[in-house]
Amino acid sequence: MCLGIPGQITEIIDADNLLAKVDVGGVRREVNIACIVDDEHPAASCVGDWVLVHVGFAMSRLDEEEAARTLALLAELGDMQAELDMMRRMEGQA
Amino acid sequence: MKYIDEFRDPAKAKKLVEEIHKLASGMFPSTPLRERTSPVAERSRSQRSRREHTRSQPLQIMEFCGGHTHTLFKYGIESMLPDTIEMVHGPGCPVCVLPMARVDDCVAIAEQPGVIFTTFGDAMRVPGTRKSLLQAKADGCDVRMVYSPMDALAIARKNPDREVVFFALGFETTMPSTALTLLQAHREGLKNFSLFCNHITTPATMRAILTDPDLRLDGFLAPGHVSMVIGAQPYDFVTRDYHKPLVITGFEPLDILQALWMLVKQIAEGRCEVENQYARIVPQAGNTAGLNAIHEVYETREHSEFRGLGNIGDAGIQIREAYAAYDAEKKFGIPFDAAPFDSAQGAGSLKCAEVLRGVMKPWDCPAFGKECNPQMPLGALMVSPEGSCAAYYAYGKLAKRS
Amino acid sequence: MNLSGTITLAHGSGGRAMHQLVDNLIRQTFTNPLLEEGEDQARIPLAGLVAQGDRLAFTTDSYVVTPLEFPGGNIGTLAINGTVNDLAVGGATPLYLSCGFIIEEGLSLETFARILQAMKLAADEAGVQIVTGDTKVVQRGGADKLFINTAGVGVIPAGFNPSAGRAQPGDVVIVNGWLGDHGAAILNARGDLALDADIETDCAPLNRLVDAMFAACPDIHCLRDATRGGLATVLNEFAERSGVDFMLKEEHLPIRTPVRGMCEILGLDPLYLANEGKLVAVVPLTAAQAVLTAMKRIPAGRDACIIGEVVEGDGHVVLQTAFGGERIVDMLPGEQLPRIC
Repeated sequence: MCLGIPGQITEIIDADNLLAKVDVGGVRREVNIACIVDDEHPAASCVGDWVLVHVGFAMSRLDEEEAARTLALLAELGDMQAELDMMRRMEGQA
Repeated sequence: MKYIDEFRDPAKAKKLVEEIHKLASGMFPSTPLRERTSPVAERSRSQRSRREHTRSQPLQIMEFCGGHTHTLFKYGIESMLPDTIEMVHGPGCPVCVLPMARVDDCVAIAEQPGVIFTTFGDAMRVPGTRKSLLQAKADGCDVRMVYSPMDALAIARKNPDREVVFFALGFETTMPSTALTLLQAHREGLKNFSLFCNHITTPATMRAILTDPDLRLDGFLAPGHVSMVIGAQPYDFVTRDYHKPLVITGFEPLDILQALWMLVKQIAEGRCEVENQYARIVPQAGNTAGLNAIHEVYETREHSEFRGLGNIGDAGIQIREAYAAYDAEKKFGIPFDAAPFDSAQGAGSLKCAEVLRGVMKPWDCPAFGKECNPQMPLGALMVSPEGSCAAYYAYGKLAKRS
Repeated sequence: MNLSGTITLAHGSGGRAMHQLVDNLIRQTFTNPLLEEGEDQARIPLAGLVAQGDRLAFTTDSYVVTPLEFPGGNIGTLAINGTVNDLAVGGATPLYLSCGFIIEEGLSLETFARILQAMKLAADEAGVQIVTGDTKVVQRGGADKLFINTAGVGVIPAGFNPSAGRAQPGDVVIVNGWLGDHGAAILNARGDLALDADIETDCAPLNRLVDAMFAACPDIHCLRDATRGGLATVLNEFAERSGVDFMLKEEHLPIRTPVRGMCEILGLDPLYLANEGKLVAVVPLTAAQAVLTAMKRIPAGRDACIIGEVVEGDGHVVLQTAFGGERIVDMLPGEQLPRIC
């Protein structure tokens, strides 16, 4: 029961009822933002935020730094791998 | 599409797969490093293997969530793994654990005059002992598929003279959405809206699996979207009491590979921790607003019967007395002690329970591919596209090629 | 004809109201010499047909869609292009269509007139004539606003013989562009999932495209339009009938971002979404480039591309995922339903 998809909030439709518009690959849908609004993040500040959308609710604010960190880690893994392979090849030649 | 495509990058996948192979070959020195052969070979191997807990047996890793099962099959991930890693498809598919009697209740509610029964598409084809919701619709009931519980609420606003019922099912991922919808109905004073609550909690279900003496598991991929609501802490008992490592995992294919890599690394290094691969979505403490809504509206049921899992005392969820006016069970007088699945008509030969708990492979069920198939599903695991039987049915066809 | 008001049972009663509807609206919109003869049947000279080929192609299809009108078309454009395409993918030059309407009372005359106009435009674009027809009106609840049936005849030139059973290992699979637009456009237009995207139906006639393909390669092995059930269903039919496997490359499948977006949100697979202007061709490898070049010169083939190949096997469609794995693309047991799991 887990189909959730990242989308970007493009506008606030109704700040009182916590309704916003989210864009997923050019598809727009009204979503409830009750789960991502708090004192630190009032409704109006949510425009532009990336969120995880599930059954018409923005369930979590996507942490863009964490996303970048995960991808960087995976890229590094590849580089390390290439380096190790190179070292091994050079050892083989020596 | 941003935050989707980056996590489907084949180059990064290749590296992760290499790392997983390397880790696995270090743990199984006698096993040559090679691609998994075929499900046919896998089948004979799993028939050979009894349940000795030695490292000569493949690692058994359960992806609890049906969404993960779906990703595994959609991207062909199992074919990339070394055959020393075996994925066990868990029961985290809410329509798969739904007893037939609950579907019967849905149909009974939908048959009441004046009712508009709303549901996610997933539940439409699930067989009850009498009929599915899709059949009930064909027979004249007003059954409507919606994308969101808020859409069901909108139908209630538009049809003040009709009773609108929403079939609330799912794990914690979905609970805030139904709870918040109920609270919205309450704020608006809508009298014609109710939930038929069949939510189920993840940690309790996981505990039921862990206490199963037939099951040998080496670790868990835990559902990331559940954790974005409940956080990481509720899984502590898995490592503390049952000594199984666990990684909270996202749903893109790279997420799954990275989580598998993290999990196998834990096992190789002899660690046993709750790790969070899905940090971009899952805050350590979960979602406060969502948890508040859940606690405001829902409470634990004393007794709840799930297909294949039996009675898990603390897994079932019901609506609190304070919101009884929005509880379809109370509104329509549905008793929640109906017959458990196994006594349901026509289910005798099915081994859904064993498959669901991961102690039996789908093809070992006598009904698999015969009287139970995707065209005429008897068990829910064959209905849902992420039910392991439906997935294996398609995958098995691939095996015949080789 | 005055287009205010709605169609009532009187319009189907055989009396004056019906004559007005048929003569002043339908016949006037579709006007052509064969229709103007005003007999109970169209009388088509054989000589003209015989000159164009050696076989008559004859097909029929019924059209039901909710909503009747959607971005890029309406039920009328579907009813013309659908039947034109069923003829075209058999290699036939589509010539004459019949048209039967079943109307639920209460349909607005203005809507009906708009649909007729769209049918006339589509027929002209495809170069076919609507030469005979029928109109029935049923009580409210007896039908869903409007059903249309069209049948069509065309002539197949000698030597053209595509068939679902002729795919051979080594052949390549070509589609003429973006997949799933129609299915996604209808989901979007239906509105019950409250999604909003700029997606238009791909509804278009394919006969000129097929002509160009035939000119480039008279030996096209298989040719079908990928309508209901989408690309996956057509390829499964080819695979089963030919006793071969199809290997598709996921990164070569042309799918627009909003169609993907809709599929991601609803948990749908674009390979099963309906198309109304897409064909799937299986051609010998040696002819593939020539066919592709010919297709790209025709508007309906501008985005044509190769999406996979035929290999030895026993009737499966296999997708090589962009991620590096493989999965079976089976036929669906029923309609694809949106899911949240």
